[in-house]
Amino acid sequence: MASYEGSVQRLIDEFGRLPGIGPKSAQRIAFHLLKLPKEDAHRLADVIVEVKAKVVWCKRCFNIAESDLCSYCADERREAHLVCVVEEPKDIVAIERTAEYRGKYHVLQGAISPIEGIGPEQLRVRELITRISGEGITEVIIATNPNIEGEATAMYLANLLKPAGLVVSRIASGLPVGGDLEYADEVTLGRAMSGRREL
Amino acid sequence: MCGVLLAAPERRKRFEVRRSGASRVDRPIQPVGAIGMPGLYRDQGVVLRTVKLGEADRILTILTQNHGKIRAVAKGVRKTHSKFGARLEPTSNVALQLYLGRDLDVLTQCETIESNRALREGYGLLTHAIPMLEAVDHLTQDREPVPAIYRMLTGALRTLANRRSALVTPAFFWKLLALEGYEPRINACARCETPAAELPLFSFDLQEGGGLCRGCAMGGGRQLSVEAFDLLSRILSGGLNDALDEAPSPASHDVEKLALAAMEHHLERRLKSASLI
Ligand SMILES: [Zn+2]
Ligand SMILES: [Zn+2]
Repeated sequence: MASYEGSVQRLIDEFGRLPGIGPKSAQRIAFHLLKLPKEDAHRLADVIVEVKAKVVWCKRCFNIAESDLCSYCADERREAHLVCVVEEPKDIVAIERTAEYRGKYHVLQGAISPIEGIGPEQLRVRELITRISGEGITEVIIATNPNIEGEATAMYLANLLKPAGLVVSRIASGLPVGGDLEYADEVTLGRAMSGRREL
Repeated sequence: MCGVLLAAPERRKRFEVRRSGASRVDRPIQPVGAIGMPGLYRDQGVVLRTVKLGEADRILTILTQNHGKIRAVAKGVRKTHSKFGARLEPTSNVALQLYLGRDLDVLTQCETIESNRALREGYGLLTHAIPMLEAVDHLTQDREPVPAIYRMLTGALRTLANRRSALVTPAFFWKLLALEGYEPRINACARCETPAAELPLFSFDLQEGGGLCRGCAMGGGRQLSVEAFDLLSRILSGGLNDALDEAPSPASHDVEKLALAAMEHHLERRLKSASLI
């Protein structure tokens, strides 16, 4: 493939390394930047520099943070005995949007993936165990994704935590609110049936 | 427009008709007349693995019954309101309708044949199921029909879900290796040919593809107990069904490890997923 002059090609190469961006998209984004007014481009460059300088992993829960602790860990009003385990920081944002949860969080920074050979030791599981004994946590809600990796992670954590006498629950899987029953797939509907609750 | 192709009993029949078309297997992919659109075809297959693509899509690797291993895009499958729902997780056996693409096909509809949900809801079951999928993925070529492997895989997944025995995976590996022409020799020493009945086998040598007597082993190969050789021989000679009811033992553990080693030896690579067994 023919390549561009020095810095343009380097820019394309950098974008091409980002997740989900192929060579074509990388080229498109690079040329978009070339056409931008200088100050717009600088704003982007500055924020990248800033984010790398300021943002760290929360020492306690491994969410993104701008100091030692993230805003959830630092918030004294949140219930400290309750922790919700998620795969990524973006899952915290999704759960916070519900305004249903007032406990703490723990970010695993991934999920167990049998297919990729990613096991619990590559995740922040050991840190979770340390927190449970150190912070007086009595209840764990596992909110990993309802896909094969998330389920594997949930099963692993449940096997690990339940014998320790903790209350361990898994967020429910089931039918999307507002949908029609007849359009649900068998797996989802089956889970919704087995996870039904008394009214 | 979603997943429901046909009502269940009718649908099953439709797929069976296609399954019984014996000559299909050898023919190249071609549009199915019944659908009436060029490039569109139907098959059924087991989802071997999935990889995220873009914002909400996944690329699925599927071992189909009649079209071999294919890779297909499932658009929007990661959205919570996707029409594909939870049907396309690894281990699922699904009826599919796809558009033929150059490299990647595009999934247009799917329906569950066997969800094998139990396999994804038990950690120990899942860690035994995934290595089977990974081995099949490595052993098969794109678009090369291997209906026998499809049949074996669906059978093994079903057996694992029902019987929950750790021996299903090693038994599947040995059967898969046998299909590849690699049948371990355990009735006689693979080197000096002394029958095992006269001189018990002492170790298993992957290079030789069979058991060795103590003299020939000379400290080489993987040492196996008499019980492990006995269990292996029962599995290879059709006695798997009874063996599945037996409690795990050091012998079954050895047979498991040996099967994995033999599979990795044959593939000339490690099975990533086996590290979690
Ligand atoms: Zn935190
Ligand atoms: Zn010998």
